[in-house]
Amino acid sequence: MASDLRPDDLTDDLVVVPLRHPWRWFSGAMILLIIAGLGWAMAEAQIQWEDVPGFFTHPVMLEGLLNTIVLAVCAQGGAIVLGVVVALMRLSANPVARWFAVGYIWLFRGLPVLLQILIWFNLALVFKNISIPMLFTVPTNVVMTAFVAALLGLGLNESAYMAEIVRAGLTSVDPGQTEAAKSIGMTPVTTLRRVVLPQAMRVIIPPTGNNFINMIKGTSMASVIAFLELIHAANNISSRNLEIMETLFAAAAWYLVMVSLASIGQHYLERAYGPR
Amino acid sequence: MALVEAVGVRKSFGHTEVLRGIDMTVDRGEVVCLLGPSGAGKSTFLRCVNHLETIDAGRIWVDGVPVGFRASGGKLFELREHEVARQRRDVGMVFQRFNLFPHRTALENVMEGPVQVLRRDRAEVRAESLALLERVGLAEKAASYPAQLSGGQQQRVAIARALAMKPKLMLFDEPTSALDPELVGEVLDVMTSLARDGMTMIVVTHEIGFARSVADRVVFLVDGAVVETGTPADVLDNPRQPRTQQFLAKVL
Repeated sequence: MASDLRPDDLTDDLVVVPLRHPWRWFSGAMILLIIAGLGWAMAEAQIQWEDVPGFFTHPVMLEGLLNTIVLAVCAQGGAIVLGVVVALMRLSANPVARWFAVGYIWLFRGLPVLLQILIWFNLALVFKNISIPMLFTVPTNVVMTAFVAALLGLGLNESAYMAEIVRAGLTSVDPGQTEAAKSIGMTPVTTLRRVVLPQAMRVIIPPTGNNFINMIKGTSMASVIAFLELIHAANNISSRNLEIMETLFAAAAWYLVMVSLASIGQHYLERAYGPR
Repeated sequence: MALVEAVGVRKSFGHTEVLRGIDMTVDRGEVVCLLGPSGAGKSTFLRCVNHLETIDAGRIWVDGVPVGFRASGGKLFELREHEVARQRRDVGMVFQRFNLFPHRTALENVMEGPVQVLRRDRAEVRAESLALLERVGLAEKAASYPAQLSGGQQQRVAIARALAMKPKLMLFDEPTSALDPELVGEVLDVMTSLARDGMTMIVVTHEIGFARSVADRVVFLVDGAVVETGTPADVLDNPRQPRTQQFLAKVL
């Protein structure tokens, strides 16, 4: 396209018209409008907003919060330890260990967590006692409390995911690193601890953080076996006063608080193990 | 007795035989360069000396000890991995791709072996490691991470890391092949000074000039077998075997 300006015409006082973006203004306005509409709807809704803070700090709610945190942390912690073990088995030279790891991941990742929790909780129906011959015998229904059943259901499922995450992390480290560690006389255990795991962490931490956030929310499934976590706590409170939405909103607020804190923790962990 | 003695060393990867019966001796204080076309098995042989590869047949002795085995009652018992680790303490290795630990500084890389493997006193090791970095000309880079160093600098840190274990023998696996041409000299200088100080060295290299000026002996390998061996003057200037002549005609 021929220009009616020549290079010589480009002086300092030349008027330059910036590109306009009318659609940005339009779409921005639409989004604000939708938010305002939702806000208005919430304000108009038949919710006793003034009761929500009370439910937020209700003793039963706080007990549910504590139980949720304990369950999520124990299940995730156990899953990380088990996951490392299963990942090492998966990468082991022993074919039996390798096959066991594949089967373990297939089973515990393949079944819905809710189903696993229900199976553990009802274990007493098929096994009256849990025993290791000549060591101990205990009645199943004494051991398999709601907490233990939820811990097993959530933890074992998560350990299968952790095994895959840890395996991906370990195999992401250059084999040359292991060789260099061997060449200065490191034993396999020291090599793993000092050279491979610290580097694998960069790959392991981000998905583990995501999984932990999922775990926090997943504890809600323990409500079906009457474990007093946040949702069960909310139901307990509302069964007395029938303020169902108000108690659920209070529980929702606690989930958001926990997830936000977990995200912040993840951010700092990632920075600690980040690239140099 | 020679420091390294290899007899009839054989190694296959799947159906490919990479080493077809290698015999080799390296005396104390001797510098031996392994030359030959790529795929000749030079690096594989070097890795066998450090038991990074297990050999299928034959035997390698380092300082009178069979590599990867324990001699007892006229039998050889294969060692566990942590026992092999103990044998490797006396043998330093320098890799083509440096393989420095990226999450540790240059100084921490050098200190890692003596502190974690030999369980020696940190302060003492620190002083020694700084002296080693000084020796390879990198005292001012002690606090740098590998990613902040050039290839030549990384390789010199890697040499210092190997020396920190006070090895009897140093293995160099194409130490300058991954370097930009202008950085090769600084690494070869460090290796030359190490040779002058009497270190026993086996060097897999394509640097004919280095072999000529530093090696006591060169060994020429083709297709997993030793074709010719002798002083650099003999093998490099008056090669007798046609395969050696062909190879040298291409690289010189």
